[in-house]
Amino acid sequence: MRPERSFQGFILALQRFWADQGCVILQPYDMEMGAGTFHPATTLRALGPKPWKAAYVQPSRRPKDGRYGQNPNRLQHYYQFQVIIKPSPPDLQDLYLKSLAAIGIDSSLHDVRFVEDDWESPTLGAWGLGWECWCDGMEVSQFTYFQQVAGVECSPVAGELTYGLERLAMYVQGVDRVYDLNFNGREGAEKVTYGDVFLQAEQEYSRHNFEHSDADMLFKQFTMAEEACKKYLDAGWKDNKREAHLMALPAYDQCIKASHVFNLLDARGVISVTERQSYIGRVRDLAKACGEAWMRTEAGGSSPSLRGESL
Amino acid sequence: MPDLLLELFSEEIPARMQAKAAEDLRRMVTDRLVAEGLVYEGAKAFATPRRLTLTVHGIPARQSDLKQERKGPRVGGAEAAIQGFLKATGLASLDEAKIQRDPKGDFYIALTEKPGKPTLDVLAEILPMIIRTFPWPKSMRWGERSAKPTSLTWVRPLHSIVATFGLETEEPEVVPFELNGITSGQTTRGHRFMAPAEISVRRFEDYEAKLQAAKVVLDPQRRKDIILADAKELAFAQGFELVEDPVLLDEVSGLVEWPIVLMGSFDAEFLSIPGEVIRATIRNNQKCFVVSDPKTGKLTNKFILTANIEASDGGLAIVAGNERVIRARLSDAKFFYETDLKTKLEDRLPKFENIVFHEKLGTQAERIARIVRLAAEIAPLVGADVEKTKRAAQLAKADLVTEVVGEFPELQGLMGKYYALAQGEDASVAAASEDHYKPQGPADRVPTDPVSIAVALADKIDTLVGFWAIDEKPTGSKDPFALRRAALGVIRLLVENKIRLNLVSVSDFHSSVLDETKMRMAQAKAKVSGGFSVIANAHTTQLWNGRQVRVNSFDLLNFFVDRLKGQLREQGARHDLVDAVFSLGGQDDLLMVVRRVEALAKFFDTDDGKNLRAGVKRASNILGIEEKKDKRAYDGAPDAALFKLDEEKALAKAMAEVGPEAGAAVAKEDFAGAMTAMAKLRPAVDAFFDKVKVNDDDAAVRENRLKLLNEIRAATRAVADFSKIQD
Ligand SMILES: Nc1ncnc2c1ncn2[C@@H]1O[C@H](COP(=O)(O)OP(=O)(O)O)[C@@H](O)[C@H]1O
Ligand SMILES: [Mg+2]
Repeated sequence: MRPERSFQGFILALQRFWADQGCVILQPYDMEMGAGTFHPATTLRALGPKPWKAAYVQPSRRPKDGRYGQNPNRLQHYYQFQVIIKPSPPDLQDLYLKSLAAIGIDSSLHDVRFVEDDWESPTLGAWGLGWECWCDGMEVSQFTYFQQVAGVECSPVAGELTYGLERLAMYVQGVDRVYDLNFNGREGAEKVTYGDVFLQAEQEYSRHNFEHSDADMLFKQFTMAEEACKKYLDAGWKDNKREAHLMALPAYDQCIKASHVFNLLDARGVISVTERQSYIGRVRDLAKACGEAWMRTEAGGSSPSLRGESL
Repeated sequence: MPDLLLELFSEEIPARMQAKAAEDLRRMVTDRLVAEGLVYEGAKAFATPRRLTLTVHGIPARQSDLKQERKGPRVGGAEAAIQGFLKATGLASLDEAKIQRDPKGDFYIALTEKPGKPTLDVLAEILPMIIRTFPWPKSMRWGERSAKPTSLTWVRPLHSIVATFGLETEEPEVVPFELNGITSGQTTRGHRFMAPAEISVRRFEDYEAKLQAAKVVLDPQRRKDIILADAKELAFAQGFELVEDPVLLDEVSGLVEWPIVLMGSFDAEFLSIPGEVIRATIRNNQKCFVVSDPKTGKLTNKFILTANIEASDGGLAIVAGNERVIRARLSDAKFFYETDLKTKLEDRLPKFENIVFHEKLGTQAERIARIVRLAAEIAPLVGADVEKTKRAAQLAKADLVTEVVGEFPELQGLMGKYYALAQGEDASVAAASEDHYKPQGPADRVPTDPVSIAVALADKIDTLVGFWAIDEKPTGSKDPFALRRAALGVIRLLVENKIRLNLVSVSDFHSSVLDETKMRMAQAKAKVSGGFSVIANAHTTQLWNGRQVRVNSFDLLNFFVDRLKGQLREQGARHDLVDAVFSLGGQDDLLMVVRRVEALAKFFDTDDGKNLRAGVKRASNILGIEEKKDKRAYDGAPDAALFKLDEEKALAKAMAEVGPEAGAAVAKEDFAGAMTAMAKLRPAVDAFFDKVKVNDDDAAVRENRLKLLNEIRAATRAVADFSKIQD
């Protein structure tokens, strides 16, 4: 499973590298989301004082990025590899470069650059400073020192790395089209390409995202998720006092849901420019409320005496 | 004298912040040094992506001692005052004080000496303070210490600090301080990939040389020179020409410590996309330069990139990688462009109903409708076909909702032109998409096609009338809606195309069109609040040129006049002549104003002009005084029977000739001709003032002479109010 041979080998190599750095290797979160940052292992775990190191693959859905399978490197569904380390270690840049070496990117042959890109997620109420990491002009990763997430100041600051797996793998395999990536490392009849696995899906979802998704249903889903999120947040406060929260994670799931539904509506072109801001604001309000609740949980750094309590 | 070397080594500093940061560092350190009494000989600051460096040379090794004189209480003053004085000055007893006599008596004086500190100590105090308060546009916390409220913030994590101070001939000393866990020292690093090892440095000279050896070009200007020269040469070698781009060059030089310029190419098939789109794609997203073919003047399928590394394969992999990305980017651009072409511009218009132009000025759709109406009104005045103008105004903004403009806002208008041509619009209609935004500044081109002129004027006047109506006028340096630029645009459009437009009438007309939008909005608001709609289109008017016009239209005219004066002043012309023309009142045709000003300027350059002006001014002054005294005007024709002196008669005769001649010339808008005619008055006016006493004892004669003076003033007022002209 050499990283330059197969897409899966490439993912395994990255996982191994970060496992060796002491990260918890998680599996993808089981909900549709636009980026690995939405995974509670990043959004929520970045908050509070407790140290945290994790890495995982996250399928990322960006309905608007659909190109009917025509674009060589832009997909409406792609894989991010996400690393989150709190507090950010002093040698995070070096670790990142070493991880590139581990997947076969030789920095004496390639032009690796850190180009300003201040990351901001208006829907998550989050921002940080950092870079897009370029490899020979291709944006392959996002590197961020989180300063604020879900409206809460990060204390201490976490470092986040997000690798665009397909684009990096294209580099390493030397292919020009994402669909030509060798997925399983076999050759001849046994070879499975990225296109074999995902091309049809890209075409189908592009049709869905831009032309056919059921906007009426999505509008309803948005409201439902929003209401559920608020309901769970209200119900989660222990003894009705705003001191300890017992249901931040289920509430946050609904925030993820609302965010993805919004992205679908946006891609469908049914949200006007003025409404757009208000939808983003509504998701942000949910994210902030979830962040606030999380800070009142055990993993969020609140007192451990909550253990074992139920509503 | 000793020198300071300071290097702040961090993770990658955003390119756009580097130059200012270097300058801020220089300013902050040197200001502080001077404030500490340490006058230096010279200072220079540099920035690379990973370091800010400052060298200050010729700083004294220590502050000079500070002698202070402090006046104390009167000799024999209250004991408490004396004790306080001793305590404050640190004197042991009054024996150490001097006594000084002044007119109020004898006073104690304390002469104290504050010994100067070694500069090294001063630096150790001021440098950490400067670093802590450094004015980055955005700064951040990082690492374990970020949990503490006192943690240092910097643009990106700060890793090490070099701070040395000393003479060239000696081993310099480290300026000792500690900041956020970083201890100042003499160690830095070279290029991230090519020379990552630690380097020990002493002072600026060896520092710069060692960096150069470690593949770091410290001076941003040198990096720029290298990139530009190499890029030109690479293009030239292939028979092409670099499309120079100073802004991009600035940015690119801030992204590399060791610039290596390489050339790549893309599929010629992409050249079917408009060149501007290719350039925007390659430049904005990839920070690469584009290349043109000098034979055709068009872009070729080449680009130039600047890498940060001398790759072991000579850059083959880097070029191949960049080509791949550019292909994907161009493929996206082509997708956007082709998608855009599938929808006709007119079919995009409904989208504007949901886009707010300004919360008090309605939607973009309403604005477009207003522009269409105004452009149609203006069209006949500028010789434009009305139907074409309406069509052009309708489509001019449609490209704002296209994919390409969404991606590259700087291509607004231009894409509209391409799309309009692609859907078979008339060439003038298509050109208006691009040209109605013009002129954007003093250097920008002014459209000449009548259709573009009509839409450009309508666009700008709608903006001006609109923001005037909601009282959002520019104040001081604040002009968020670029209204000054819009007004200057109108002026240039009118003057350079020789177009006559009565701005007050046009503003008045358009204000009533705008009332419809405001009415619609008021009704919508009333509907929402469930109340009645109070239709708010009341406006105040004032008398102007014998009719009632809106105060806003008049106010806007004054805004134009001020812009015109400013523009003339900038061109070195006499803006006081504008006042002389405007004080005639009723002038809202800027082209005529400019014509009059030009004729006046020419005329006053001649002796005839100068003397006539002096004469007319004298006449006006006398009249002014007498009119005030008598509380009456001296209008009406003088009575020839009452003339006593030859000079009076001669003047009257000259007036009788010149008056109609000048009047006829003005009627033909031949202001130069009018001035030539008036020049003939000069000898008669001169002789009149030489020989004739206006305030004759005979009241009837006096009145008649004043009437004659009034005739002169009136005749010249056909062109301007001479009394407003400065000497
Ligand atoms: N539509 C896409 N298809 C494939 N890869 C993508 C796509 N969008 C982004 N990427 C890759 O994923 C990485 C992270 O994407 P980015 O948009 O920066 O994520 P985030 O929203 O988490 O900041 C990018 O550096 C890029 O390589
Ligand atoms: Mg990004």
